[in-house]
Amino acid sequence: MNRRTAIALLTAAGLSLPAAAVAAGKYDPGASDTEIKIGNTNPYSGPASAYGQIGKTIAAYFNKVNDEGGINGRKITFLSLDDGYSPPKTKEQYRRLVESDKVLLMFQSLGTPPNSAVHAYMNREKVPQLFVATGATKWGDPQNFPWTMGWQPNYQTEGRIYAAYIKKNLPNAKIAILFQNDDYGKDYLQGMKDGLGSLASKMIVAEESYEVTEPTVDSQIIKLKASGADVFFNVTTPKFAAQAIRKIAELGWKPTHFLNNVSNSVGSVMNPAGPENGIGVISTFYTKDPTDPQWKDDAAYKKWSAFMDKYYADGDKKSTFTVYGYTAAQTMVQVLQQCGDDLTRANVMKQAANLKDLQLDMLLPGIKINTGPKDFFPIEQMQLAKFNGKGWDLFGEIISGEASGS
Amino acid sequence: MELFLHQIFSGLATGAIYAAVALAVVMIFLAIDHFNFAQGEMAMFSTFICWALIDAGVPYWLAFVLTIAIAFAGGVVIERVLFRPLHSAPVLSHIIAFLGLFFILNNAAGWIWDFTIKPMASPFPAGSFGGLISYHQVGMIAVVLLMLALLFLFFRFTSVGLAMRAAAQNPDSARLCGIPVGWMIALGWGMASAIGAVGGILIAPVVFLEPNMMLGILLYGFAAAIVGGITNPAGAVAGGFLVGVMENLIGTYVPFVGSELKLTVALVLIIGVLMVKPSGLFGRTTVTRV
Amino acid sequence: MAAETRVAAAAIEPERRIAGLTAGGWRNAAAAAAVTVAVVLPWTVGSFEVFQLTLVLIYGIAILGLNVLTGFNGQFSLGHSAFFAIGAYTAAILIERYGVSSYLTLPAAGAFGFAAGFLFGFPALRLSGLYLALATFALSVATPQLLKYTHFEHFTGGVQGINLLKDSAPFDLPLSTDQWWYYVTLAVTLLSMWMARNLVQSRTGRAIMAIRDNPIAAATMGVNTALYKTLTFGVSALLTAVAGALSAIVVEFVAPDSFTFLLSVYFLIGLVIGGVGWIPGAVIGGAFVLYVPNLAEGISTGLAGVLFGVIILLVIYLMPTGAAGLIRLAVTQIRRRLE
Repeated sequence: MNRRTAIALLTAAGLSLPAAAVAAGKYDPGASDTEIKIGNTNPYSGPASAYGQIGKTIAAYFNKVNDEGGINGRKITFLSLDDGYSPPKTKEQYRRLVESDKVLLMFQSLGTPPNSAVHAYMNREKVPQLFVATGATKWGDPQNFPWTMGWQPNYQTEGRIYAAYIKKNLPNAKIAILFQNDDYGKDYLQGMKDGLGSLASKMIVAEESYEVTEPTVDSQIIKLKASGADVFFNVTTPKFAAQAIRKIAELGWKPTHFLNNVSNSVGSVMNPAGPENGIGVISTFYTKDPTDPQWKDDAAYKKWSAFMDKYYADGDKKSTFTVYGYTAAQTMVQVLQQCGDDLTRANVMKQAANLKDLQLDMLLPGIKINTGPKDFFPIEQMQLAKFNGKGWDLFGEIISGEASGS
Repeated sequence: MELFLHQIFSGLATGAIYAAVALAVVMIFLAIDHFNFAQGEMAMFSTFICWALIDAGVPYWLAFVLTIAIAFAGGVVIERVLFRPLHSAPVLSHIIAFLGLFFILNNAAGWIWDFTIKPMASPFPAGSFGGLISYHQVGMIAVVLLMLALLFLFFRFTSVGLAMRAAAQNPDSARLCGIPVGWMIALGWGMASAIGAVGGILIAPVVFLEPNMMLGILLYGFAAAIVGGITNPAGAVAGGFLVGVMENLIGTYVPFVGSELKLTVALVLIIGVLMVKPSGLFGRTTVTRV
Repeated sequence: MAAETRVAAAAIEPERRIAGLTAGGWRNAAAAAAVTVAVVLPWTVGSFEVFQLTLVLIYGIAILGLNVLTGFNGQFSLGHSAFFAIGAYTAAILIERYGVSSYLTLPAAGAFGFAAGFLFGFPALRLSGLYLALATFALSVATPQLLKYTHFEHFTGGVQGINLLKDSAPFDLPLSTDQWWYYVTLAVTLLSMWMARNLVQSRTGRAIMAIRDNPIAAATMGVNTALYKTLTFGVSALLTAVAGALSAIVVEFVAPDSFTFLLSVYFLIGLVIGGVGWIPGAVIGGAFVLYVPNLAEGISTGLAGVLFGVIILLVIYLMPTGAAGLIRLAVTQIRRRLE
């Protein structure tokens, strides 16, 4: 070529460089200048379908974020598929989302067995399995599974918190435990036992389990009462928690009643069970219960309520699951915002492990999200509360579960 | 002793639940000689309709009666529209049709009313007899026995009842006698659906209303019907109470079963009874010509 | 039945040929074409699709097992998820706890499956039709609970399940792990279909079908109904268990929640869709139960179940004999046109 063409070409090249630099985002599959693709599985069918509200709340929240301009100018495409709480289906949907739809990351999939099915796969493929919606303890293991992170306070931590309270305030307690016969129930059971340590075998006088397919847990409650226990640890999902509270009242049994965090909603559990039957029940919280009158005039509650009315109108405003989904989605948005233009999977994990004192408005005052390269448990704080017939009276200090060996 | 007594009464209470479902199962079986795997979902759907009516302000008893009527009509319509075309199809087609109905009802209920539990009003006062058994549960037992008595009277002393039994046992002869067999079957479906609805409305206050409340109960209902005798409504009710009490006693006193293997107990019961006495404890052994 | 008339007809007139091939020739050509497509497919689609196709074949083998029992022997089962689970857990426990090679777990799973099926066959002898359906329904509802039982937890991993890792292609073959296992599954599928066909066309097969069609007449003719029924249960469970073992390896995870009553329902639906009593239909049934729920979900997440229910109702009305019937109809039409 002659000199003129060469100069023309070089100038063109020179002029195009800055243009390329402006659009410089670093992208892994699923991210681009305009879009961030996030994948999720939730049980929209089958016996665990009550939890499907979480996925729907998250989708609604991402719609809100998109309406408000997206994240750093990029819109979120949220692909949420049904896995019916069946691990093989979860595996299939994950492979579809990662290999076929090419999402950037997987977020808030629900359930321990479903997440277990894809745990090794995600770490092999080096795709983030972020903020999984289960309280099992195994999701906070950055050394062996650097691509997986939990979100909520894990069940064992909660069990330990109750155990610590019992050891301090009810040292001669005889404990009876009702638990759901699955990973969630057994995790809580383990937490309580670990927290009691060597005293566990002496203090725990009865344990009964139940399946979700059973009509009632009345028979188990009768058995537990007959053990002579004066402390009751209630590890059940909302339907059975309400039944248990009611049956205990009917039997005239008055143990100190510890209720797990999953089932402490005023609207979904305490009221159906009969509010006077639940007076004195102790539980832990990290989010605000939308049916608790004490938050009626709270600014954060009003904001959440307005969000529900606009974006998820047929959602259940009495259910804590919607607050859960809302707050988890906010955490995800924070991480993506911190990523800026570097939307590689590695950076997503790096930012997820870089949350410092993040305060989200539907978390209880004082509870903050913290993560670090060795700390893959975003929320570790909870607060105890006692039910007064209308709502929950928070008491004591914010307890941190960090000391409990994560 | 106190434990034992409590478990018995609790067993009777759950037994009433199983008996109600078993009654609906037997009803359908008497009408069409088939088990309806979607029975539970039909009952659940009817209960939701009742709940929705009450939620909209309709007084309890009016809602109750309306729901029974709707359930009855629904049962008839389902039979005429869905199952009449399958009239001469092999058993497998019927099973698939029941399963299709199951999916449709379960998903529709979840879509319309979502999956959070809903407390269901009870027509009986709150409280219990000395903590042994609540007024509602006693009321439930009473209603089940009442339904049983009504059914007995219907089949024994009315001509429609007689016609229905004839249509189920020998459709061809019945037709020759001028009995509209098709409508008898539809009637049977309607009645089974209505009985199921009553069952659901009484069960929901105890177990809390949600779309998935019936599958486990349905299995026990089947077990109860088998144990009691699939051709005998009274047997089915007795079977229900028996299964409820036994489930509790075995769960309490047999060490390795505990509460963990209750479903397996139902399984063993079903298979055991079917093997030893297929017609159930109170059923009539049918002899067929070869 | 058809075989006899064909033999009789051939004795009278030479076999008819259409476009140069006999009916049997066309059938073989179709089979060869299908197998060729199956072999070539993994190279034309992505890794996820290969994974899905492998699952289709796995469900096909399981449904074939059910077909042997229900289609050819007339015994209903809503409990095949239990045998599938037995096969899956056998493979998972052998691989994870005892370090056995994945390939050896297939015959092991088959053996356990056969034993379980055979044993269940005994009480099943006294049950028939809907009673058997009910008993097997109870079996599949109870299975997850049994798998979670604390006293077995040591073996089964309890609610947490067992994680596996599938072997990559051996001998440095230029195949991805997904493709390799697709071919392994394809081989097992073809082998199972061949076995099933041989069984059905043998004397034993005729006895089995006679029991289905008229048990009393069969007994009168000297067929040992009890033995054949339990054997068929065993063979049926064997096939489904092998499918279960393959699923454990391919999905790389087993847990009690993977084997619920819903799985049994899907097998039954797949059986009817593919066509009761038609062996190749099993794979069509497998494809249906894998793809159609996804399709339904794609159309409407909230009403996917309703859609699925409606679809299977439509199939029952319009195509009660399933894909088998549809193909038979198509063949008859084509034949008529060509004559």
